[in-house]
Amino acid sequence: MTATTALSAAFAKAGAEDRAVLVGYLPAGFPSADGAISAATAMVEAGVDVVEIGLPYSDPLMDGPTIQEAVHRALLGGTRTLDVLHTVEAVARTGAPTLVMTYWNPVEAYGVQPFARDLAAAGGAGVITPDLVPEEAGPWLEAAGAAGLDPIFLVAPSSTDARVALVASVTRGFVYAASTMGVTGTRGQVSGRAAELVSRVRAHTELPVAVGLGVSSREQAAEVASFADGVIVGSAFVSRLLGAGTETGGVADGVAGVRELAVQLAEGVRARSAGRVGT
Amino acid sequence: MTTSQNLASPDVAGHFGRYGGRFVPEALMATLDELAAAYAAATADPEFRAELDHLLRSYAGRPTPVTEVPRFSEHAGGARVLLKREDLAHTGSHKINNVLGQTLLTKRMGKHRVIAETGAGQHGVAVATACALLGLDCVVYMGEEDTRRQALNVVRMRLLGAEVVPVRVGSRTLKDAINEAMRDWVTNVETTHYAIGSVMGPHPFPTMVRDFQRIIGVEAREQVRELVGRLPDAVVACVGGGSNAIGTFHAFIPDEDVRLLGCEAGGDGVATGRHAATIVGGSMGVLHGMRTYLLQDADGQTQETHSISAGLDYPGVGPEHAWLADAGRASYRAVADSEAMEAFALLSRTEGIIPALEPAHALAGALQLGRELGPGAVLLVCCSGRGDKDVDTAVRWFQLMTGE
Repeated sequence: MTATTALSAAFAKAGAEDRAVLVGYLPAGFPSADGAISAATAMVEAGVDVVEIGLPYSDPLMDGPTIQEAVHRALLGGTRTLDVLHTVEAVARTGAPTLVMTYWNPVEAYGVQPFARDLAAAGGAGVITPDLVPEEAGPWLEAAGAAGLDPIFLVAPSSTDARVALVASVTRGFVYAASTMGVTGTRGQVSGRAAELVSRVRAHTELPVAVGLGVSSREQAAEVASFADGVIVGSAFVSRLLGAGTETGGVADGVAGVRELAVQLAEGVRARSAGRVGT
Repeated sequence: MTTSQNLASPDVAGHFGRYGGRFVPEALMATLDELAAAYAAATADPEFRAELDHLLRSYAGRPTPVTEVPRFSEHAGGARVLLKREDLAHTGSHKINNVLGQTLLTKRMGKHRVIAETGAGQHGVAVATACALLGLDCVVYMGEEDTRRQALNVVRMRLLGAEVVPVRVGSRTLKDAINEAMRDWVTNVETTHYAIGSVMGPHPFPTMVRDFQRIIGVEAREQVRELVGRLPDAVVACVGGGSNAIGTFHAFIPDEDVRLLGCEAGGDGVATGRHAATIVGGSMGVLHGMRTYLLQDADGQTQETHSISAGLDYPGVGPEHAWLADAGRASYRAVADSEAMEAFALLSRTEGIIPALEPAHALAGALQLGRELGPGAVLLVCCSGRGDKDVDTAVRWFQLMTGE
């Protein structure tokens, strides 16, 4: 393995505290460039350990209605790739490892090496690429490695063991385990397949495993924390911003909602034993 | 450079040169591997071939004829224009060729639900038809804008027992219907096959759909030889995703003296930015699971497209076309809405054949190419569908109803 990165340090710290890492997602540019930075900063202040900044994209085919709506508005608001890098720069100043979650085409359009270089310069820690599989990732792995960024790939319940091994072999930082088959969005229950997937990943790697898709509450966070090293929450945060509206007072309300949710989820990832008992 | 032999097939991972491949969520990778394996097994199975051939003949009406259109040809610089009549296939377009193949494969894979995207509605109607025939559940995603301009096909799909889901996100056209279908597929992949309607998407779709459509050119090559005693000088087809074009071109790729011309949707003109001419006006990128030419902005965001033809209103193109274009084996030009509508009217009035707006682009391209090649040239044009669905658009364009 390579030297300790900001991400691996965050997982090591949480592990030492017998809790899971809380990863929070928000798209750049929504409800506004500054509003997104305020919301992400509030998340960190309230207990989110790692931030994912979404790069708004015109064709987000892994996203459900909530994130689709937010990124659509971010694009209507004129959000550019450079704005995403500025957002990362501001959020990384909080000290929390800051990742970018992006579909692949915007990275190619920016230039694979320039994107890695500029993101690293902005203080970014890594990139999650939901529509890039290891087979097509050669140039990206090279660029990310050269820039010192963690390339993070996904596994899904449908991944064969051979594919889990392949994904684990190229991922750095943590393996992103999709809890269920489907797109982003909150769900009433965490899929039973998540725990099984995490244990399959563990058979192939020492890397931490974080679970995303469908987690929205303190209870669900505790449940996932009982078997995973990290809990990833996206749509639930975004709905707090969507629900509050985009006028000035609305943004403040939305940021308050994000903060409140982060507090609850941070309790959840620290209640992993409760989660264990509960399941 | 002579590369015809190399231009016959992609590599094992579905790369046509630097195009194609798989850019999809990991959740779909196992299914795509299964699909590729099931497709390979099916094509090697004489029983599958026989069942598909039987349906193509007894149900879809193959082989479709080749019709010479002399009165239309008078406007093409003295060239002889021959139409491959996919408009006479069951459901009114070439789409049935691919759909019968994929739905048979769906049954073979033990799945009972088929989803599809549709733009003009021709693919959706073909899928709904095949699902009715084979007893499969069918859901078709269609951009809301397209449900409006192709209302007749929405009714047809519903009559055939399919559920039509209007897509109200993004530009509300074909690309957004594909996004919604992908979201459905990733959620329901265990029971569901996504019958992609063109030579696009992640591997193995571009190759598999090409193979199912290849019959167009295989038939036409023999029919043209029988009719005129030689191969055509050029083969012309419209290109949205590009399935009728690849299907028509493919058998001619080794015939190096036969020009291959793809006609993209020029909309209001490529210079206006309101068009869907992906190869002519686009650049390389990744969309809908494949690397290909795209209409995108400097940040890689997909651009809104425009075409009078819903079936060509798409910001990407099949990766094999991107490859043929780069290799110089096929050439591509943009045909404006106005040129396509002129050809649409001309074929209707001179030959009694109302083409769909999509192949009207190919017909307009043939009129231009005929004048360029001069008297005696033989042009094969794929008439990929019939124009019943486009009558409303024609009424508005030509204002045929004024004065009544």
